[in-house]
Amino acid sequence: MPSVHYARLKYLFEMESQRQIIERLRAAFQSGVTAPLQFRLTQLKSLLSLLEDNEPQILEALQKDLAKPKFEAVLSEIDMVVNDLCYTINSLPTWIQPSYVGKNLATKLDDCFVRREPLGVVLIIGAWNYPLQLILAPLIGAIAAGNCAILKPSEISRATERLLAQLIPKYLSQECFAVICGGAEETKSLLENRFDHIFYTGSQAVARSILQAAAVHLTPVTLELGGKCPCLIYGRLDMLAAAKRLVWSKFFNAGQSCVAPDYVLCTPEMREELLPAIAKALSIFYGSQPKQSEDFSRIVTDRHWDRLMALLGKTQGRVVMGGEGSKEDKYFAPTVVVDLDGSDALMQEEIFGPIMPILTIESLEQGITFINQREKPLALYVFSDESQVVNMVLERTSSGGFCSNDGIVHMTLPGLPFGGVGASGMGSYHGRWTFETFSHRRGCMLRGWGLERISMLRYPPYTESNLSWLRWATSAKKKSWGVCSVM
Amino acid sequence: EEMEKQAVDGARRAFNSGRSRPLQYRKQQLSALLRLIRERQAEIVSALKRDISRSEFDTPIFELIGIENDIKLAERNLADWMAPQPVKKTLLTITDDVYIKAEPLGVVLIIGAWNYPWSLTLRPLVGAIAAGNAAVVKPSEVSKSSASLLKELLPQYLDTEMYPVVTGGVPETQELLKQRFDHIFYTGNSTVGKLVMEAAARHLAPVTLELGGKSPCYIDKDCDIAVACRRITWGKFANCGQTCIAPDYILCHPNIQHRVIEEIRQTLLEFYGEDPKTSPDYGRIINQHHFDRLLALIEGCTVAVGGESDKSQCYITPTILKDVLPHARIMQEEIFGPVLPIVTAGDVNEVIRFINERPKPLALYVFSSNKKVVRRMLNETTSGGVLVNDVMVHYTINALPFGGVGNSGVGRYHGKHTFDQLSHHRACLIKSLAMERLNMARYPPMTPSRLRTSMFFLRSRSGSCDQALRAWAVVSSLLALALLISLLVVLLRVSAHAGLGSVLL
Repeated sequence: MPSVHYARLKYLFEMESQRQIIERLRAAFQSGVTAPLQFRLTQLKSLLSLLEDNEPQILEALQKDLAKPKFEAVLSEIDMVVNDLCYTINSLPTWIQPSYVGKNLATKLDDCFVRREPLGVVLIIGAWNYPLQLILAPLIGAIAAGNCAILKPSEISRATERLLAQLIPKYLSQECFAVICGGAEETKSLLENRFDHIFYTGSQAVARSILQAAAVHLTPVTLELGGKCPCLIYGRLDMLAAAKRLVWSKFFNAGQSCVAPDYVLCTPEMREELLPAIAKALSIFYGSQPKQSEDFSRIVTDRHWDRLMALLGKTQGRVVMGGEGSKEDKYFAPTVVVDLDGSDALMQEEIFGPIMPILTIESLEQGITFINQREKPLALYVFSDESQVVNMVLERTSSGGFCSNDGIVHMTLPGLPFGGVGASGMGSYHGRWTFETFSHRRGCMLRGWGLERISMLRYPPYTESNLSWLRWATSAKKKSWGVCSVM
Repeated sequence: EEMEKQAVDGARRAFNSGRSRPLQYRKQQLSALLRLIRERQAEIVSALKRDISRSEFDTPIFELIGIENDIKLAERNLADWMAPQPVKKTLLTITDDVYIKAEPLGVVLIIGAWNYPWSLTLRPLVGAIAAGNAAVVKPSEVSKSSASLLKELLPQYLDTEMYPVVTGGVPETQELLKQRFDHIFYTGNSTVGKLVMEAAARHLAPVTLELGGKSPCYIDKDCDIAVACRRITWGKFANCGQTCIAPDYILCHPNIQHRVIEEIRQTLLEFYGEDPKTSPDYGRIINQHHFDRLLALIEGCTVAVGGESDKSQCYITPTILKDVLPHARIMQEEIFGPVLPIVTAGDVNEVIRFINERPKPLALYVFSSNKKVVRRMLNETTSGGVLVNDVMVHYTINALPFGGVGNSGVGRYHGKHTFDQLSHHRACLIKSLAMERLNMARYPPMTPSRLRTSMFFLRSRSGSCDQALRAWAVVSSLLALALLISLLVVLLRVSAHAGLGSVLL
């Protein structure tokens, strides 16, 4: 059979089986099986068991995909999801209660409240850098909100993809949750279908095509993208403490985090103190040979390793630490580059690797202007003991999230919404925010039959006196919370 | 093309200057907008009369009060809305500042609609101003007089550079959509809604789409049919049916169809008299195109009331159609006119199925005194909003989020919801470089004991379903109890020895 024919048939077959899966999930949703609280809690507890029962297999898969050190895997993948699950399981009975809105004297006879309702069948597309967390954390909220969900894990983190495809059907209801594997082609055909929400974590380029596919069906989306997260170091501070936190957040997962500090901005004087502090922190953390350290990750694929090496080749800056790597095991040394400016190759795209460029600025003002000339980042970091410095940067910039005197950890707090703004994304999640993302907030009003006399004020034929009564009754009162009407 | 780009560039320059951020500025602009509505009400009313034959009594109630209330709410609460909102911490961040801060997005594009040209353009603007954004305002060209009046008035009250008005039709809108915005707020129909979303996709701009659809209205056998029909008549024929949340069609049992028709007929007489054409309170269809569209929808259906029209005035008499079939043309698109089809359904199951087979509507209306029926309708259907035993008035409660779901829209607004929709909620963690000892546990090189310490601190404090924690809680309580008992025993022994037993007992 000619290969073009075969490819086309294979494509149609996959499209068809994708469609069948989606229809099965839609039928399950419409039957109402995902609505009761009990079902949602059972599925969430099952997901928890999945993680508890299979920790060794998960760690092994993450090791295969990213050479992820056990510590990082437990902290940033398993534990983050387990925490979120526990928090959700305990809070869900409260979250699904209708929230009553400001009632005053005028609406005493009416019931006004907001219901959180499921959307339907949602699509969750994961990423490869935290392959477990980035697909399961959204799933928690999707289940909690009463939806059915299709998971599309990243094909680049192959071992985790296969593990998820194997475990999810074992623990979760196969009627309501499915894993669809595949690459760009499969994702493209998947997106031709109608979903009630699409949750995507990944790159800006792909995000645009996802938004365009969503527009066809008016599907709301959440986009968790990236960008270059700036790190400003300025003013009075404990340089070694700052360097440790900076190095920890930059080289965690070998720099492959969407919230890793991408580049550093500081004055030339501070740079002189910073460089030896970074060197010290690196040697404390990974020893003199990071390649031998069990705590340092690897680059995910050859292609990504090549990309990073090419960046180093193109830079006009000077490599003062690291710079070497070995393709066989995808090791890339923790690298620091100095003496470069905003037009450098390293400053054109998100680095997503263990290369730390340090750019010099003359003043805080200049640093802020530099940041504001670029796209809004997912995270923005400031290291300084001076609160005016921190406040100034906070007030004068915009970013998805902000953290002073540390990196990454702001995204581990369940009370904070995690998401981008502008080119770094739209929407947010974690904790209750995931539940809200996958819910529809339906405004409800229950009226009675009485007070028809007052209602009559609003009916034609219209008169001047009815109008003035009605205006008085419906306009905002001084003391009320919300504004309600008497009609 | 130049004009649109200039307006957007000017707005961005104005936003970048930072002057829209301070509380004072926002309040000033909002109170200026309030003055505009109050001082120029007469002109607004006559523009609407020219555009859509809107009765002078309808305009304040349907358009202006909503804007006024939103402004007053914002003025009163803006300082609170702008203040950082603290959130829950973990043990590790117990000495830090953790909060969410609402920040402006930048330049917002607001595209209005023609049926309530002032409310649907200015209410989003209120939220945009309150949130500290700049905004490009594009009123609908279909409501011509209102568009040109807005273009004339807004610069007289608001910061012109920050809030420019761009008028024009499809080409001008398309030109605007090529520019980059930080949020696009569109009110209109689903077809254009999809185009807006697609244009926004190019710049990764988030959108709010207030669309429409067919809002079903179910009349249960068990309800006060007279009051129900009166309220439905009011909602359906106000603004000549041209309201996104007007009850689009009625679903009821065939046995009460006749009663429903009679009640509505009677109410129409009370409201508009024998000849609605002569009533000052009855409006007209906005233009020829929609007039023709509506007449085509009536074709082939059984007219129970009305059916007459006058092309020269774009007048269609209030019309009720009976025994309408689900696949009739009029049941395939949003009616948006003074034509009310009645579709009969045998029971609540059939009604729920009928509604769920169709795109999710913007509003759902249920008339019933039966709590079970109401509960089923709420639980087994979905819609932007739902109102029981009345129509449309849920729109007036600005504490309720107003928006669609699925085909009826994306996002929500009114009151504080507009402020939230047009803000970025930035997660902030303010730490200090002290307390480094606590942090040491998370640094490599990793040892099993360090891992355990880290996990202890980073584990979520509340709601940890850790069995060990529960077990420890029980054990420690028992230990404490045992300690207390032994203490008491010791005390008693000692006091017995010292002859104080009687004092203790």
